[in-house]
Amino acid sequence: MLEKKDIERIADLASIKLSDSEAEKFAGQLDGILQYVDKIKEVDTEDLKPTLYPVSLENIFREDEVRPSLDREKVLTNAPEEKDGQFRVPRIMGE
Amino acid sequence: MELCDLTIHELREKLENKEVTAADVLDSFLRRIEAVEEKVKAYVTITADEARERISSDLQGSLAGIPLALKDNISTEGIRTTCSSKMLENYIPPYNATVVEKLNEEGAVILGKTNLDEFAMGGTTGFSAFHETRNPWNLEHVPGGSSGGSAAAVAAGEAAAALGTDTGGSIRQPAAFCGLVGLKPTYGTVSRYGLLAYANSLDQIGPITRDVEDAALLLNVITGHDPKDSTSVQMEQADYTAFLKEDLAGMRIALPKEYYELDYNPEVKESVLAAVKKMEAEGAVVEEVSIPSIEHSVAVYYILATGEASSNLACYDGVRFGYRSKTAGNVAEMFRNTRSEAFGEEVKRRILFGTYILSAEAYEDYYVKAQKVRTLLIKEIEDVFKNYDLIVTPTTPETAFKAGAITDPLESYKMDAFTVPVNLAGIPAITIPCGFSSANLPIGIQIMGPRFGEGKLIQAAYSLEKILQLGNKRPELEVR
Amino acid sequence: MSRKYETIIGLEVHVQLATESKIFCNCSTDFGAEPNKHTCPVCLGLPGTLPVLNKKVVDYAIMAGLALNCNINSYSKFDRKNYFYPDLPKAYQISQSDYPICENGYIEIDTEEGTKKIGITRIHMEEDAGKLVHEGSIDQATASLVDYNRTGIPLIEIVSAPDIRTPSEARAYLTQLKQILQYIGVSDCNMEEGSLRCDANVSIRPVGQKEFGTKTELKNMNSFRAVERALEYEVERQRKILEEGGEIIQETRTWDESLNKTISMRTKEEAADYRYFPDPNLPPLNVDRDWVERIKSSLPELPREKRERFVREYALPEYDAGVLTDSRELADYFEACVKEYSDAKAVSNWIMGDFLRLLKEENLEIAEVKMTPAHLSGMLKLMDEGVISSKIAKTVFEEMFKTGKAPEQIVEEKGLKQISDAGQLEEIVLKVIEANPSVVEDIKSGKDKAIGFLVGQVMKETRGKANPGMVNQIIREKIESL
Repeated sequence: MLEKKDIERIADLASIKLSDSEAEKFAGQLDGILQYVDKIKEVDTEDLKPTLYPVSLENIFREDEVRPSLDREKVLTNAPEEKDGQFRVPRIMGE
Repeated sequence: MELCDLTIHELREKLENKEVTAADVLDSFLRRIEAVEEKVKAYVTITADEARERISSDLQGSLAGIPLALKDNISTEGIRTTCSSKMLENYIPPYNATVVEKLNEEGAVILGKTNLDEFAMGGTTGFSAFHETRNPWNLEHVPGGSSGGSAAAVAAGEAAAALGTDTGGSIRQPAAFCGLVGLKPTYGTVSRYGLLAYANSLDQIGPITRDVEDAALLLNVITGHDPKDSTSVQMEQADYTAFLKEDLAGMRIALPKEYYELDYNPEVKESVLAAVKKMEAEGAVVEEVSIPSIEHSVAVYYILATGEASSNLACYDGVRFGYRSKTAGNVAEMFRNTRSEAFGEEVKRRILFGTYILSAEAYEDYYVKAQKVRTLLIKEIEDVFKNYDLIVTPTTPETAFKAGAITDPLESYKMDAFTVPVNLAGIPAITIPCGFSSANLPIGIQIMGPRFGEGKLIQAAYSLEKILQLGNKRPELEVR
Repeated sequence: MSRKYETIIGLEVHVQLATESKIFCNCSTDFGAEPNKHTCPVCLGLPGTLPVLNKKVVDYAIMAGLALNCNINSYSKFDRKNYFYPDLPKAYQISQSDYPICENGYIEIDTEEGTKKIGITRIHMEEDAGKLVHEGSIDQATASLVDYNRTGIPLIEIVSAPDIRTPSEARAYLTQLKQILQYIGVSDCNMEEGSLRCDANVSIRPVGQKEFGTKTELKNMNSFRAVERALEYEVERQRKILEEGGEIIQETRTWDESLNKTISMRTKEEAADYRYFPDPNLPPLNVDRDWVERIKSSLPELPREKRERFVREYALPEYDAGVLTDSRELADYFEACVKEYSDAKAVSNWIMGDFLRLLKEENLEIAEVKMTPAHLSGMLKLMDEGVISSKIAKTVFEEMFKTGKAPEQIVEEKGLKQISDAGQLEEIVLKVIEANPSVVEDIKSGKDKAIGFLVGQVMKETRGKANPGMVNQIIREKIESL
């Protein structure tokens, strides 16, 4: 059962600000979806391993080689805010 | 027919025979875009200037001078890549996806970036933050999605072919809705490097084309091992055009009874079964099989896809690129406001659901459980392929519906029932048109093959395409 | 710490691996580049990019695991740790959760009660985050700047078992850990550049109690000494709280070096939910036996083994062996000398004395020292042959150290050869005897010690070059014959 307070907690984890009415609406919808997917619990999956990767590859590596990095100008072209070659963000502390 | 209504192979022939120039071809497509784009709205960004610039050089390769469109979740250096989201409205990637590099090497001309459901989440292309795309067969109807822009562009003659991406049916469903061929390759055969991820373990890039031959041609270009994608499979470069032959004799075809017992649009079911009959008449062996856990596909899909998506879409935080909220006193608030203001409702819904799925309280019961059911489904499908070459189903339970007809999220998710098992199993599947509804809307038939079974898939689809002879039918857009 | 309480400490150490390129992309790991010059679409977390694992990272992690007596898991995988922070580009860190590469190891440390094993629960690989610079102090700043050069630098996190019982054991553990990792060359363990970082979990419990007390996590300790002091402070703080009937709050505390105390970092304590799940972009690892054996055979002798061997093989005191094996480079230097000059204790004395003193004075790494081991053993041979005195040897040593010239050349150029010519020495001795009649009288009357003064005078006359043994003998002969 997903309720509004659950949605608010989840939204916090997902860093999405929700209005009261949005939280209310999503709670109803997501609870409906959850009830729908709940039916997989009936499937007998004993002795089955979870599929973590859709292809059976392992040990995929590259060699320890340095290649040129991106030009810093390009690194910063999309920056919403930059200063001294760095990305500028609002202060970390304080609510 | 104008040049822009031709297939890649037809255009290639005309270009090779010097009947036409690349400029003639490009002009034809640009004129068509000029004429119909206002109604179809297939594109997010049209790169006419870049395309003109490109054909001014001597293009070489198997796609030399062929105008193509790219779904706007494929990274293009210097050309904005938006995922049809406000989040990336002004994002200009500094790098090309591997498939873009490959198209460039083969001389393709990119006409633009096509519209999609925001971050590929949806089946109508109505969830684009910019505008809805409409179906060229009937402008009141959706083109499908999420690669609806790519499908609509090809159907309307606004591109000779296009690349889409398919996480749960996002190539095949719009291709079916728009009367086109759409191919979702085996997971690992086409590099995902530069595909803005929705769900990494399900996403694949593939072609949307006017016929099977074009699909094979594009597949030849975009497949191959890529050291930049750790899930890319080492394989010999295949020539898929070698499978363009009319031969169904002895081909073993399985029909999953779970799908044919379901209740859905009878016109779709009849059309698909009629096509199967014709394949049988050409020597194919058709039998009913059972894939019991296929009924859980949609549930498994939504759990896994949204779980992965909730993590993939966390990078959109307003720090390095993309949208940033202007109303934030501190960085945590900036994250929350940015993501609240720039993600659309469906994206938020899936991120929230996925976040819940991965949370400590739900992870074992849902995520791990879904991964186990995925194992079961893969096993059942593999078992079918021990005895059969192909599995045939409708591509979609309905034809293209009216824009705004389905509003309940869960109802829309259930529309993916026929396509999602393919992504869960990592197998290839192709959709080709098999008929038209009474409302003159295309119906698609889906053919699935075992992993790396693209060859046989193409052979079967090509044979069926020749039998059905629907290929030259084009939507009549009353706009020219 | 009173006997009433027992301290439980566990350490989490992050170590930067000494690879050339980052863990998932080809950007350089060099320290000190201008901000964001070592970044690319992958380590910036630009949408659509994918990680590809650097094989050297796995090799190094296995190497560290073997050196720390761990089991190397044949199956291991990468997981995403999801949280939002501006220095974390993808908003998830690629790490290892339930299947780390190494588990169940230990380190042996020396304590007052003897050797003690400290368990190592696990070692896992992960990517580092970027660096935040605050415009002003962190709590006053209006904005922060992010540099992603460090993002994606390979790390291993080494998690100890809660086996450490005192702050000084914690320090010994860290010292030993650092020494081992430097020995095997997987990290430079430079704390100033952040290539070794340590967090500590600490709790106390009444002696005899089985359950652990509530722990606090300590961060921001920039030296081993700081770790020790922060732990001392924290143990004392917790004890006071308990003795006053209070309760320890589970929290993260930061060590403030200037105030000499730990400060609570968070007011509201919410259990983080990192939503770990396997990263579908990175296929799992299968480390087979061959791979482990290959790395095992490439491992150098580890510090403790080396120390024990030095005691055994060279008959050195424990103390000498400890100093000489402090770093692999020093031990190698010592052994190269001993190869050519068999009196190991003599070599040890020179290395532990003048060599280390000069190294420190000149602020050099061993690799930078110009004097070769052959030079040192050559000098020792010259001493044995009586070509130079031990006093002159000091001069020769300093000169070798500073110039890298061979000892023979220095002796030659500076005319430092010992005077062992009896006739020449007799002459000087006679002169000295003549000049010091009262001292001679003292000696004659039995004050044997006074002979040293005359020897000293002869050395002074010869600027130290006289063969002291011969001088001594000649003086005795001459005085007796007077």
